[in-house]
Amino acid sequence: MRREFPLVITFVCGITMIVQFFIPHEPFGGMKSYFQHSYMIIAAFAMLLGIGNLTKIHVKKIRDKRPQWGYSIVLLAGLLGMAIPGLFIGGIKEDTIFDFLFKNAHVPMQSTMFSLLAFFVASASYRAFRARTVDAALLLIAGFVVMLGRAPIGDYLTSFMPDGWQMSDYANWIMAIPNTAGQRAIMMGAALGVVATSLRVILGIERSYLGGE
Amino acid sequence: MRTPRSRRSGRSRSVPVQVFLLAVTIMAAGASFGVGTSSSGVRPGPPVNPSVRDRPNDAGCAIEVTWEASFDDSRGRGIVNSYSIFRSLEAVSGFANVATINSGRERYLYVDEKVEDDKRYFYKIVAETGSGAFSEPSVIGPVISSAQWFHTDRYNMLFALIIVSASVLIFISMARKGKELYIRPIAGLQAVDEAVGRATEMGRPVLYIPGILDMDDVQTIAGVAILGRVARKTAEYETPLSVPVSRSVVMSAAQETVKEAYWDMGKPDAYHPEMVRYLTDDQFGYAAGVDGIMLREKPATVFFMGAFYAESLILAETGHSIGAIQIAGTAMTSQLPFFVTACDYTLIGEELFAAGAYLTEDPRLLGSLKGQDVAKGLAIAFIVIGIILESFGYHWLTDFLKVN
Repeated sequence: MRREFPLVITFVCGITMIVQFFIPHEPFGGMKSYFQHSYMIIAAFAMLLGIGNLTKIHVKKIRDKRPQWGYSIVLLAGLLGMAIPGLFIGGIKEDTIFDFLFKNAHVPMQSTMFSLLAFFVASASYRAFRARTVDAALLLIAGFVVMLGRAPIGDYLTSFMPDGWQMSDYANWIMAIPNTAGQRAIMMGAALGVVATSLRVILGIERSYLGGE
Repeated sequence: MRTPRSRRSGRSRSVPVQVFLLAVTIMAAGASFGVGTSSSGVRPGPPVNPSVRDRPNDAGCAIEVTWEASFDDSRGRGIVNSYSIFRSLEAVSGFANVATINSGRERYLYVDEKVEDDKRYFYKIVAETGSGAFSEPSVIGPVISSAQWFHTDRYNMLFALIIVSASVLIFISMARKGKELYIRPIAGLQAVDEAVGRATEMGRPVLYIPGILDMDDVQTIAGVAILGRVARKTAEYETPLSVPVSRSVVMSAAQETVKEAYWDMGKPDAYHPEMVRYLTDDQFGYAAGVDGIMLREKPATVFFMGAFYAESLILAETGHSIGAIQIAGTAMTSQLPFFVTACDYTLIGEELFAAGAYLTEDPRLLGSLKGQDVAKGLAIAFIVIGIILESFGYHWLTDFLKVN
């Protein structure tokens, strides 16, 4: 029963979502938003589980003085430092302590992490663009043309060419034709995969997400 | 008896009266030609081709009012500022304003969602100028709102769903009956054993990242399903497993999945709840947390299975820098190039969804993969037929497959 009950719920919810897609009449028409709202409520309560898990693991780490337990103090201080002002001191509106911390600590740290991407793109490109095989050479040429076509210098270098044969036109062609074709092929395959996976889950054939084989 | 003075004054009063009468006559005559004025300005031309209908393919309680711009909108004299829509249950009286829409477009659509089903409604649309002059109103209707039992724009989706589902179910049935099905080898999945074995030999943990989206995304479900298979391997080899997650619901599902896998492999003692830990919902906070785990714990094997966004390359490059063997799988086309560059194996799109079935070797699951392949073959056939038909000027197949 412990395994069957979730499978029955999954089946009923899955079939209902398929039916409501084709039948706008009530009661089916409102089912999608009903399930979405229900999920949001469950997710909101599950957040407490997540915070509980995080706190438990790091309190244990500090208590046991495991390696690098100092980081756990910083993490818990950050958690409480944001949560207490947000919950009890002024809320999360503008010009509150929470807002000050969000704008001056959280957002800059997010930006810092995001900016790392530029350096990782450079190192990954260096590896990907080494023309050791025919495929890698094609990738290098395509990347080179698109990069030049996206910068003003590309059109400047090909300014002697007639209209429609500038570097930006080559770049646009690569992005619009081969790139889009490849992306659409992947997306169509993925969409079929989504349908097949959903069927397996709805019919209870795929049940490993419930912890079983 | 009137004095001469009074007679003069009487004549002098009659001049403004005559002017006023003349003005009224001119206005009335002008109005009859459609270019008249109101007390507060020039009367604009009315909205063109106004119409009403029950909104199609909905759950009821909605009426669509459409019209084209008045000749005095952005064209003509350009004096129309807005359009007012009035609604009534009767054709001649009881009209109340329900909306006012700013001018400046060629065609207009207003959806009235404050109506009840099975009642007759009449509408009136008037154009209004900045000085408050109104156009001639035109009454349209009656119209009755109702709910529909089938979304007529989705016949093609139903057709596709039936074909895909039928092919999947037929092959599942064939597999159940014991028919041998050939599934093409997928290098990334064949490397799972090798990757977990490598972590075992090196005495270092396996790190598993099930994406950054919640359990309502199919990629996350696929990621958690693959986690179940990987957890069986780590339980078998007694290799440490670490699963940092960014969603609480995923944490609960992943904890249950890993726990059951360890129980099923007869290693309940090897499982501990800290294997699956929640970090944060924040995208880059999560990326920072996982990067920290990679640098501190130095996992020998890293799996990225699920939905990823901009953090994909940050994670994969960090994993590459510590020398971990990395297997990624996602259906996010914009992140695939990053994984292909930074990881040893990448499951592209559909391979992610096939992975769970592939790793179990359960005939029913493998049957569904075969059905998926057949559906893909049909999709390719439709594309080829569509290209041929379009080339010869036949558009019916394209029109049928168009998704509205």
